[in-house]
Amino acid sequence: MQLFLQIVISGMASGAIFASLALALVLIYSAMGVVNFAQGEMAMFATFVAFTLIEHGANYWVAFAATLGLAFVGGVFIQRVVIRPVERAPILTLVIVTLGLATLINGLAGFIFGLSLHLFPSPFSTQTVSVAGAAITYRDLGVMAVSAVVLVLIYALLQRTRIGLAMRAAAHHPEPSRLLGIRVSWMLALGWGLASVAGAASGMMVAPLLVLEPNMMQTVIIYAFAAAVLGGIESPLGAVVGGLIIGVTVNLAGVYIPFVGGDLELAVAFVIIIAVVLLRPHGLFGRSAVRRV
Amino acid sequence: MTRIGPRLAAAAVFFVFTAACGGSSGGTVATDVGITNDSILLGNTIDQSGPAKSYATIASAEQAYFTYINNQGGVNGRKIKFTVLDDGYNPAQTLPLTKQLVEQNQVFAIFGGLGTDPQTAVFPYLNQQKVPQLFVATGATKWGLDYSQHTWTLGWQPPYQGEAHIYAKDILANHKSAKIGVLYQNDDYGKDYLKGLTDGLGSNASMIVDKEAYDSTAPVSTLAAQLAKLKGSGADTLFIFAIPIPTITALATVTALGWSPLTYVNSVSNVASYMKFAMSKGAKVDGAISVGYIKDPTDPQWANDDGMKLYKTVIANCSTCDANNGFNIYGVAVAYTMVDVLKQAGSNLTRANIIRIASTDLNETNPFLLPGIKVTTTSSDHFPIMQEQVIQWSSGAWHLQGSIIDERGTIK
Amino acid sequence: MKYLRQAPPRYLLVILVVVVLVGLPTQIPSFQSGEWAEVLILSIAIMGLNILVGYSGQISLGHGAFMAIGAYTTAILVHNYHVFYLATIPLAGLMTGLVGLLLGIPALRLSALYLALATFALAVVTPSLIKRPEAFTGGVEGILLPPPEPPQFAQDAFAAVTGGPPMDSDQWLYYISLGATLLLFWLAWNILRQRPGRALRAIRDSEAAAAASGINVAGYKILAFGVSAFYAGVAGALFSLLIGFVSPDTFPVSLSFTLLVGAVIGGLASIPGPLVGGIFAFWLPIYSGQWVSTQDWIPAQIATVFKNAGPAVTYGALLILIMIFAPNGLAGLILSAYTRLRSRLRGAGERTTGQLPPDPQTV
Repeated sequence: MQLFLQIVISGMASGAIFASLALALVLIYSAMGVVNFAQGEMAMFATFVAFTLIEHGANYWVAFAATLGLAFVGGVFIQRVVIRPVERAPILTLVIVTLGLATLINGLAGFIFGLSLHLFPSPFSTQTVSVAGAAITYRDLGVMAVSAVVLVLIYALLQRTRIGLAMRAAAHHPEPSRLLGIRVSWMLALGWGLASVAGAASGMMVAPLLVLEPNMMQTVIIYAFAAAVLGGIESPLGAVVGGLIIGVTVNLAGVYIPFVGGDLELAVAFVIIIAVVLLRPHGLFGRSAVRRV
Repeated sequence: MTRIGPRLAAAAVFFVFTAACGGSSGGTVATDVGITNDSILLGNTIDQSGPAKSYATIASAEQAYFTYINNQGGVNGRKIKFTVLDDGYNPAQTLPLTKQLVEQNQVFAIFGGLGTDPQTAVFPYLNQQKVPQLFVATGATKWGLDYSQHTWTLGWQPPYQGEAHIYAKDILANHKSAKIGVLYQNDDYGKDYLKGLTDGLGSNASMIVDKEAYDSTAPVSTLAAQLAKLKGSGADTLFIFAIPIPTITALATVTALGWSPLTYVNSVSNVASYMKFAMSKGAKVDGAISVGYIKDPTDPQWANDDGMKLYKTVIANCSTCDANNGFNIYGVAVAYTMVDVLKQAGSNLTRANIIRIASTDLNETNPFLLPGIKVTTTSSDHFPIMQEQVIQWSSGAWHLQGSIIDERGTIK
Repeated sequence: MKYLRQAPPRYLLVILVVVVLVGLPTQIPSFQSGEWAEVLILSIAIMGLNILVGYSGQISLGHGAFMAIGAYTTAILVHNYHVFYLATIPLAGLMTGLVGLLLGIPALRLSALYLALATFALAVVTPSLIKRPEAFTGGVEGILLPPPEPPQFAQDAFAAVTGGPPMDSDQWLYYISLGATLLLFWLAWNILRQRPGRALRAIRDSEAAAAASGINVAGYKILAFGVSAFYAGVAGALFSLLIGFVSPDTFPVSLSFTLLVGAVIGGLASIPGPLVGGIFAFWLPIYSGQWVSTQDWIPAQIATVFKNAGPAVTYGALLILIMIFAPNGLAGLILSAYTRLRSRLRGAGERTTGQLPPDPQTV
């Protein structure tokens, strides 16, 4: 029983990592109806920027805030330069462009920051707390807390502000929005900027749990996809719940299903993606959409 | 005819062009392919852009040692030229690139090719062409064990199984009642270690109470499941047969789980800076055991050591190399053996002679290895390095324990 | 000017390309024939991807996984069951095609985005899955295959033509790959110009409209998946014979990505595109690392920067630039330039007839 509990708790800790990146994916999807394959690499790059600032003597929180700011500018810049020329193109084009972006950013990070492993500091201690006999570190709790804060902020922004309403309208009904005087293209850029900020926050929270290097986010992004798909790709709350479910399921399957073992965990994520897209394509929290012709 | 004429001409130009590009220059009088009066050409494939690209610095360190030797006048007046190509750790790239090195660049030998899979893909070709494939950068036991099947291929570093035998000896001598849990990577590297440990324990193999695998493509943050299970199995001793990043993660996770087993870390991942990483991630690693065969550049005990001083001089030739990175002293040390072999060959610089010396006639002291370790091969033993020493981590550094342990002859 | 004015019709270009490809091994060292064989093999896989992505509008980020199935089918048949290697090539294609058909059924229900995610996940998970049935697939250590000996007649004929040594296994595999490439390109050209091709394009452009005009949308989409996988399977089979080694590491996610890059660079929905794509997909990573550093006229600093940045940066940048500026790929770019040149040089008469040059997208 204690083992079970420990595995569930550890799974939730990994799940929080997946959830934090999945939130950024959901934001981009809400802003323009496409999944950004470069999200993980953008987060990794932002984390390297923060790392460089800290290396040069910046205070952790100063670097944190500065990186969020730079990430916003970077996200808007990428949207303006790379995405805007193809924003009306078919999904296929957008997928290929974001894949190209992922490769480009990964390569650039290796080139600019080097390939060595780095240790990214965390504001949270590595002390453990005991939850009913299972151990969890403050650092894991910190990731969960920050994900929760990001979730609340995104939710508030999208659902409770005029600009959030404008963003959603621009993404899903661009023509009427334009007639209403919404600057559609800039709304999309804003979406990219905010997603980039959410990704950067995720990267900086996750990096202390992993090891900072250019490939840091490559497996995380797959689990984040699974989380976003499971939760319903338009739902921020779904992304968080999806992330936690994925984290726990993968852990439990690894321990309790002998065939899976520790080495087919990725396959569990794959099975979840396939099962969800087939059985419940709008996910747990999404609304099923009518296909437009 | 006027219609087709220009096209034929264009085709002819194309053929002439490709022929001109493809033809080899050759023609120099030399002892063997790749040797001229003033140069020796060696080739290498390594990962500079794929999943194992953090090892790319090894080739730069090797180059740094060759530069150092060339500045001293080279090997018997011949300068070593070293061509390094990027295979992205993909066997499908390693093969054409190796063929290019052999057939176009006309290298004398392939030296220090990286990775078990990529080097497995090219050994049939190199052996068929009788091109020495020297000192492959992988500790897979098969290079020395199956030597008779590929007499042109040789490893260098201690084989993983031999290392695991030492751990088994240590367990049987000092921790007779240990309950062992093993975390291993589910590939030839992890399984080689696991086999070595099981063989080494022999009739006591039942001391291993649980073993858990992870996949190298998905190690991130998910090791908690395996480790919790190992903890739950009642193990009090943990073996981590994992590459650096999962090892760091695992060490931190073990502590986070509130578990404090006696921990063994393998030589691939025991780099001091990685241990310190794990410590700053909260891991309590004091008392961890591993083995070493090479001097650790970050270890203060070598500060005034001649070999370490030489290493620092050599590595200064490489602008992109971090002198504290353990991969670099590995590169310099293996390049030292390569140069030794070339020197020993003297004026008989043929491929056959080189591979004969390397695989059966090596008896070298290497200033970058721990004192007492020799690089040796004989007509019946094709594992160049078979000695290692147990090390234990305390107060932020590895400390040598006991004396050098010889594993020679233990792998059959 | 006179020659340009009489620029040749397209089939002459095709003949020229075929002649060059047939003659190539007689002019280059044998190991380069091996490299060009890999180019052709990638072209076949890219053609498969092109049928799916370019013509039927379904996306796949997992074609490397199909190649892996084909490659392992051949390796296992040759190694475990001693089947004659040439016979395994169509078998590998059929096996993979069958898997493709089966995957095509659930794919029907997926939107483009979800299909992209699902196939991406397939590519990611395949190497781990291959490792499992160890006795069958050789596990992580993979399977080594001996290089096939060319038959005597081929060896003699080659020696007679070149006046040099007899044909070796690299050159033999080049010709096998070339034969497969020509056959499969011809097949694709036939399928895609006929009814199925028109149906697929109609589906790609509007599923509802296609269904309304009586096209069996589901059937054609599944068929496209199957045919596409068949091509990738044949490519995988040839790949394992050429490399002589299959292991999980041989089929990383980046292979699927390379194929997609090749398809996009060559030009989606174009017949010659995959050949151009294959050339790029194979040579780009090799040359972005090697060629620049051997060019004396490029300043050492720039060469070092380029080398250190590695192929990933070049790949990524090219992919984005091509999607933005030349969505029809290089083949599209060349064809449209060629068509423009032709109509320009042929004089105004032809232009005023109002016949638009054929859109490379639909040829």
